[in-house]
Order: sequence, then structure tokens, then C-alpha cells
Amino acid sequence: MKKNNLKITIASGKGGTGKTTVSTNLSSYLASNNHAVVLTDLDVEEPNSALFIDAKLKETTICNKMVPKWERADCTLCGKCAKICNFNAIVALPSEVLVFPELCHSCYACSELCPTNSLPMNPVRIGEIKTFEATDFHFVEGRLDLGQEMAVPLISQTIDYVDENFKDTIKIYDAPPGTSCPVIEASRESDFVILITESTPFGLNDLRLAVETMRVLKQNFGVIINRYGIGNNDVEAYCQQEGIPIITKIKNDKALATLYSKGALIYPKIEHFKNSLDDIATFIGAIK
Amino acid sequence: MKEIVVISGKGGTGKTSLSASFAYLAGAESLICDCDVDAANMHLLLDADFDKREDFMSGEIAKIDADLCSNCGACEAACRFDAIHRIEDQYEVDPISCEGCWYCSRVCPSHAITMETQKAGDLFVSHIKNNAQMVHAKLGFGAENSGKLVAKVKQTARNITKDSAIKYIITDGSPGIGCPVISSLSGADLVVLVTEATISGIHDLKRVHKLIKTFNLQAVCIINKYDLNLEMTQEIEAFLHDEDIKLIAKLPYDETFTKALSLAQPIVEYDKDCALSHLVKQAWETIKENILIKKGI
Repeated sequence: MKKNNLKITIASGKGGTGKTTVSTNLSSYLASNNHAVVLTDLDVEEPNSALFIDAKLKETTICNKMVPKWERADCTLCGKCAKICNFNAIVALPSEVLVFPELCHSCYACSELCPTNSLPMNPVRIGEIKTFEATDFHFVEGRLDLGQEMAVPLISQTIDYVDENFKDTIKIYDAPPGTSCPVIEASRESDFVILITESTPFGLNDLRLAVETMRVLKQNFGVIINRYGIGNNDVEAYCQQEGIPIITKIKNDKALATLYSKGALIYPKIEHFKNSLDDIATFIGAIK
Repeated sequence: MKEIVVISGKGGTGKTSLSASFAYLAGAESLICDCDVDAANMHLLLDADFDKREDFMSGEIAKIDADLCSNCGACEAACRFDAIHRIEDQYEVDPISCEGCWYCSRVCPSHAITMETQKAGDLFVSHIKNNAQMVHAKLGFGAENSGKLVAKVKQTARNITKDSAIKYIITDGSPGIGCPVISSLSGADLVVLVTEATISGIHDLKRVHKLIKTFNLQAVCIINKYDLNLEMTQEIEAFLHDEDIKLIAKLPYDETFTKALSLAQPIVEYDKDCALSHLVKQAWETIKENILIKKGI
């Protein structure tokens, strides 16, 4: 495998399918095979990967978004800013203008269309990017501050940070769950998206939603079937019918779940899981 | 009428299987809401018939009228979301990137840009097995405002229960701790926290509990897969004790759950008499009792 700069997003329609298990173990496995790897937790609302990685914090970068700040001096209190803002982030009162940063989408319209330049844009903290050094790979985590609502700006800043700081390194992105804006942001710039599912009616339902999303994004993607052996064959049949590659099937195994419960790495102890990681590595190596 | 909201902080803990079981047990005296509008799947367990559907409209997207456009590029310059590009001599809006801020339409000198309200999803009211009703939704691709759609689901449920004999609204909450989950929790008389005996289970339980505390809501807890890691279970129990949250069930790691799921049945329908079903039935009885206690205060 010589894909030094490949970007792979690991996603699923839903939480609890094994994204974090595969992301953390795959990163460690690739690193143990002499690849430079950076794992990035993009589930910025609830980053969990760090619980499974023994790593030392190296650096913390504060992330901001640009928000208007009212300057009283020349303001004529015309109220145009409040009328312009389509996100209800500005309220114009008879004697002052109030800005609600958590509602602001940073569109700059109020600031740039204000006749008296009374709303200059200023940085406001939304979260942080933490860089860790694990034994054999790099780990980056985006973490949104509690109470902040907009995950997308932090996800995109985290991706940019990783792009700038890790050249010639395989990038594994652990995506947030769901099919809305955060997962789209985490997937759109990747070379390939791996969707994880399980072979149950729930798994199939969520996979269909995720596939729909990837098709709209025109993304290349493949599927990992987790907890293989439970349920039925409908997921496999669906993938075959739709021409979606099945990268590997991870066997259902209570021993694996027990290791996961402790936050331990799984592949050094469970052979079939290691074989599945090898399937994934081989697949990644073949991505054009 | 009392509202019970089941949440877990993270996906995959068994929240939906349990909510569906409660709904199955309660039958027509309950109404069920699926607030996981991003990836709803409870309808599979309860045979929802998608009887009534309505459009959920939310958010706007810019549209450029090619006949009026003078190709000046003011819109592209104004857009901070990289949503407007010139493609083959014509400016176009990328609907996925457009945030609906209106800036482009305000600066366009030839008034070529209009804002169109988008259909952001579908809202359904269904009949389910056991003669109850269910309110559920599907958020459209890439749409925002799932918090608003959740609020709509809950409001629709409340309207149906008004002047009816329905005693409980059982809500399968959205995952996470963000805006949709806050919407899910509104009006809850009792919150059922579902967690699992794993390192991430307890981590997420603590996070979501902070939210419950902020809103001063009464909560009970169910630990799923408790025997996966007994130490972790002890840690969770200690936390629940400290926070004065009643533990109403400890469910073992049991593949009967998955077998039931594969047949699209709640566990209490799949095998009424198995050990797991008894525990779930007991949990449902305890939930009802706990709501009644609150009523008496």
C-alpha cells in the first residue's frame, strides 16, 4: 500500500455500529505495518475516540468563528442589521443592538451592509482542536464547546488543520453519526467513504439512508458489515443488487464486545478481527 | 397524559428496542413518537403503515434566474459559504452549501436571485401493531433544523392525545446532546436513560445527565449489557446512586434481542416469556409507578 496521502472517512447512518472501534483499531493496525497515520475524531459534539487511545496531549488549538460585534460609536440604530439577519441572531432595540453569537452563521451580511460600519466581525471561541501523540500514530480531536450548536465550522477547521499539519500521512476520519450537515462536511472532501452497518433490518434501513447521502455527494464508498452472523442476508443482498463493494465482514463476537467495553485495542487479541482489518487495508491499497 | 422520553447520549445502546417494547406493552393507551428524525427506524419494529404524510418545510436556498442575471459576480463575492460558482458562463448555487442567509439576493443589482423555502423532510402519523398510533418523521438529505422537526413531531403527538383516552406519550429521543435532544426532552414527565456497561456508555451517560440536570427533569436508568463489564456496571451504579437516579433494570448481553430485531419485533413480542422480556415488562411497570409518584407531589 503506497497511498501516502489518502483520506478515508468512516461513517454510518447511525451511532453504535462500530465506527470508533474500526477507526481506532485500523489506525493502530496500519501504523503497526509501517504506515504514517493520523486518526481524526470529527464527531465534534461527542468525541469518543480518545477513550480508546493511549495518547499524550501535544497541542491544543482554539477554534473561533467570526461573529459581528456591535460598536456604539457611529451606529444610528437604523435597525437594518436586524432586518438583514435571517437567523434571528441580531435584535435591534431602541437604544442598543444585541448579537446572539450561537445563532450566527457568519454570513457577514449585517457587517458588510451596515451603513455606518458598526458591526465589525470578531472571532468568538466555539471549541478546540487537540493533537495527541499515540505510540505509533497521530490523533487529532475536534471538540465543540458545550452549548455551541454549529458543528460544521469546527469540522471543516479540523479537516483543514489536519491537511496542513500532516503531509504524506494516511488520514482516517471518524465521522459523526447521521445523514445531515455534519456527516456531509466530514465526507465531501474524502477520497473514499467506508460505511459501517450490521445485517439487521435496522442496519439495512440506516445503510440505505447513508447510501442515499453518498450518492447525492457523488462520493465513492464501500461497506463493512459488522456483527456478521446475527440477523439475515438482506444487507448483503442489497449491496450486491446496488453494486456496492463489501470490504469485509466482522464476525459477531461477545469477546470483542467485552474488549470494547474496557476501551482496549481489539486486533492484537482477536484473530478474525485482525483479518478483517487486513481486508480493509488491502481494499484501501487498491483505491484509485 | 404523561410524557416519557427515552434517551441515551449515544447510538446503539438499545434505546429504540426498549421504547418499542414499552409501546408494545402499553398498546392503545399510549402514543409513540420517534424523535430520531435523522435516521428513524422504530417504524420497522412496530409495523407503521405511514397512513398520513405531510411536508415539513424549513430553511431557504438561493435561486438565480439566468434571464435576469448580468453575470456581474456580486453574489459569488458576497457568499461566505462557497455556494456560488460560475459554471459555463452562468452563476449557479450549490444547494448543499447554501445556508439561506439572503446576502447574495440582497447585493444582486439585477434582482435575479430569489430565496425559495425548502422541503426539509416528511412528517408521518401511522397506525402500528397493537392498535396504537405513532408519529415519526424523515429529515431530507443534508437538511438542517432537525430540532424544529423534532418539535413538530412532539407537537403533533400532543395534538392527537388531546381529548383522547391516551395516557402516555412514549418518545424515543434523538441521539446526542445537541439541539434535537433538547427538543425531544421538552415536556418530559420522566426521562429514561439507557446506557451500556462500556467505557463510552458511562462517558455519554454523564454528559447527557448534565442536560437532564439543567432542565431539572426526573430520570430513571436502564443498564444494557451489564454483564459485559461488571466493573463498569458498578461504576455506573455508583454514579446513579450519587445522582439519586433510580436504576430500574439491568439487562444482560443477550442475543435474543438481536434475533427479535432481525424479525422486526420488539423483544416482548418475540418471546413473551424469556428472562429479558420479564425484565423489560418489570421496567415498564416501574416507569408507570414512578410517574404516578411524581403526580402525587
